[in-house]
Order: sequence, then structure tokens, then C-alpha cells
Amino acid sequence: MRTERPVFLSLSPNKFHWPITALASIAHRLTGIGLFVGISFLLWLLDLALSSEGGFVEAGRVMNLPLAKLGVIFILANLVYHLLAGIRHMLMDVHVGGSFEAASLSAWIVFALSTIAVAAIGAWLW
Amino acid sequence: MVTNVTSLTRSGLADFLVQRVTAVIIALYAMCVFGFFLVNPDMSHGELIGYFGSTPMKLFSTVTVLATVAHAWIGMWTIGTDYIRQHYFGEHATAFRLFYQCGCLLVLFLYTSWALPLFWGL
Repeated sequence: MRTERPVFLSLSPNKFHWPITALASIAHRLTGIGLFVGISFLLWLLDLALSSEGGFVEAGRVMNLPLAKLGVIFILANLVYHLLAGIRHMLMDVHVGGSFEAASLSAWIVFALSTIAVAAIGAWLW
Repeated sequence: MVTNVTSLTRSGLADFLVQRVTAVIIALYAMCVFGFFLVNPDMSHGELIGYFGSTPMKLFSTVTVLATVAHAWIGMWTIGTDYIRQHYFGEHATAFRLFYQCGCLLVLFLYTSWALPLFWGL
């Protein structure tokens, strides 16, 4: 009798749990897209601040708007996560933490460190 | 018919390396600029100009802009080829993906032609 029968994997949405490593990968992509779009706002702010003395004051005024602060914090959150996830990626490139257990742990670490860093940046900018 | 734009260097391995080298450049630049803003909370307009207008920073900014273009293109290309395909988008997936890729290139061209004159005009 064949013992290696095909295994039925129930992948219905209510049974399937995304592993944390998959969420880390998707988040790396989403934050990349976030930066692709968000960098335009940072570039606009820098352009304004550099343009003239008046533009510098104007940029400071913009940065006092709650929506602009939230926007910059959001863009920096994308940057922080993308950077930390990138470091995790490059450690895996040199065969550090490649096992599923280690990759799961490092994914949690990246999420945790990002949260702490974003909280600190938020407190600093607000 | 050409239905696939083969990333940046036409070699997955070279793209892999470009993606990592550019990542390190962008990371260093981001940390330098972030650090400058962190230690100078009450900076003046002149200090900001002095920082970004110095020749080393002009060169660093230029290298980072070019690194960002390559990095973003490889990343956006990878995402596009993973999701914009017939399985999800039906028979017009190739046309849609080429449109998406042209859009990405246009945005990156606009960013470059905005950022480089900005830094070199200081």
C-alpha cells in the first residue's frame, strides 16, 4: 500500500493562518510602495524648506499641522519597517536566521522594534 | 511578442546585488539626514542650506537619488510581476502590467528631475 498519500491541506480562509514570516514579507512590500508614494511629500517639504527664508518658515508651519505630522510619521514608519526588514533580509542572505523558527522570531523582533521606533519618532515629532 | 520586461539588469542575480548595494546606500543616507534633523531641532534656514549644499552632501544626495531609482524600480517590478498577471487580472494582464511599469518609470523620472536640480541648485 502506498503510504505517501496526497495530504489534504485545508486552506479555506477561516482555517488558514498567515505565518508571521508571510506577514513580514507582505509588510516589506507594502512599506516599499508606501515609500515610493510617500517620498514625494518629503521631497516637497525639503524643496519648500530649502527654497527661501519664507519657504523655510512655511515648511515649519506645514509641519505643525496635525495631518502633515501624521503623514510624516506614517512615511517614517514605512521607512523604519522597510529598513529593519531589509536588515533581516540581508542577514538571511549570509545564512543568519534562515530556519523557520529563527525567521519567525526575527519577524516578531522587526515588528516590535518598528513599533518602538515609530512610537519614539511620533513622540519626538508631535 | 515581448510580454515581459526583464527587470533592471536582465539578470536576477545582478538585480539581487544591485538591490542590496542600493539598500545600504539609502539606509546610510536616511540615517545621516535623520540624525542631522534629530541633533538640530532649532536649525535655521541657513544651516539647512549649509548642510544639503555642501559638496559631499550634494554628491551623497545624488548617489542616493540614483540608488533609490534603481532600488524602487527593482522592487516595483518584482511586485508588479508577482501580482499583475493573468491569474488575477485576466487576459489584459500583460497590457496592464506594461502600463503599470511605464507609470513607475515615469514617477521615478519625475522624482529624479525634481531632486537633482534641487540639490545642485543650492
